[in-house]
Amino acid sequence: MSTLTIILIILGVVILYIILMYNSLIVLRTRIKNAWSQIDVQLKRRYDLIPNLVKTVKGYVKHEKTVLTDLTKERSNLMKGSTESRAKASNQITDALKSVFAVAENYPDLKANENFKMLQEELSGTESKIAYARQFHNDSVMDYNIKVQRFPTNIIANIFKFTKKEFFEAEGKEKKNINVEF
Amino acid sequence: MYSQISTNKRNSIFLFIIFFILIGVVAYVVNLLFFQGYVFIIIAAIIAITFSLISYYSGDKVVLAMTKAKEVKKRDQPYLVNTVEGLAIAAGIPTPKIYIIPGQQINAFACGRDPKTASIAVTEGTLSKLNRQELEGVVAHEMSHIKNYDIRVMVLASVLVGIIIFMSEIMLRSLIFGGLRGNNREGGGATQIIMIVVGVALLILAPIVAQMIKFAISRKREYLADASGALLTRYPKGLANALRKIKGDHEELKTASNATAHLFISSPFKKKRFMKNLFSTHPDVNDRIKKLDSM
Repeated sequence: MSTLTIILIILGVVILYIILMYNSLIVLRTRIKNAWSQIDVQLKRRYDLIPNLVKTVKGYVKHEKTVLTDLTKERSNLMKGSTESRAKASNQITDALKSVFAVAENYPDLKANENFKMLQEELSGTESKIAYARQFHNDSVMDYNIKVQRFPTNIIANIFKFTKKEFFEAEGKEKKNINVEF
Repeated sequence: MYSQISTNKRNSIFLFIIFFILIGVVAYVVNLLFFQGYVFIIIAAIIAITFSLISYYSGDKVVLAMTKAKEVKKRDQPYLVNTVEGLAIAAGIPTPKIYIIPGQQINAFACGRDPKTASIAVTEGTLSKLNRQELEGVVAHEMSHIKNYDIRVMVLASVLVGIIIFMSEIMLRSLIFGGLRGNNREGGGATQIIMIVVGVALLILAPIVAQMIKFAISRKREYLADASGALLTRYPKGLANALRKIKGDHEELKTASNATAHLFISSPFKKKRFMKNLFSTHPDVNDRIKKLDSM
């Protein structure tokens, strides 16, 4: 085997390796994007559900109408502005919803309303979905950031401008991370 | 995680190879005894290929039908559907189809050949006896089986083992039947030989079936699903508490069988039964709870 063939083989292997690393970065970056759109879907769902909740609760609640106006106000922030501000609005809505459901505890008729029960289940389902989507997003960001920083992928990342991504931080009581051993 | 996926894909192929060898041997012996030429071998090959294709592409439907599971939509079971949808998001896979198995025992399984075609089935008892965290723990465990491609091996093993168990039952009946005939008639020499051959074949079959099931269930896989399930919910106590309730649960699940038992999150057989050790498929519940509690 001539020296030239050996050099060509080595070069081929190196190029193949670069392609593989590049593609793995692309895959991880796309996963983060998908994770974000997943959060988006759930925020939208919540945005759509809230007017129904307000309408249902309005008919029953007599004094504590302010919780509903608070909720409606926060809702308008949910679908506009930067992702940051929307994330913040989402946290505020979680609190506003909690007060609405707390108020509902005082009205047995409302609690027995089928429509209300359905909405309550849907909204708490959406809330945990937002939490899970955020968790998946952050897991994906972590995988991606590790890859971007770790040798030798960091070289490829530098050349093709793959930059570190931000975590989606939740306010307050995030579920505690656990230590899993395989 | 990714090595687990490739192990599972490889084991699925091993299962097919074992199945084909087994059918081949049986077909060869039967052909030798009863037929001339290659007709029977060709028929057997066609049957084996058909069964393999069915088990690969519709194995999940076979398994779901065997356990009498019914598909549910959001309006019927919003609580269950929301839980499954949430954990599918957490695992980053499409939402699987959701089924309910009749019966009060707490149990669940997942099936399909990859995350896109997956289904998840829980019993009625699971819904009525577990709280939200516990249900999430169980669903997250099944979600991990889906994500790791465990479901492919497990379903294949179910259907292929089911076929072999069915075949050996036919052989066992013909053995008894043939034995009676042999005693009643004069000069039943040929029947005697067949009887012996079938008996030997059965002896060979049993350990092979056991081996196939071992492919499908490894303790490691269950522990791994427990651990990655806990990673999804970020709350290992949920599954641990569910397993505690399962331990104290003495309901029988009528629709479970030897072929499907290994699919479930915990053994559906509560009473001691014949061949239990051969088909003993699940790791010790106490051990699983201990591991989850220490996370």
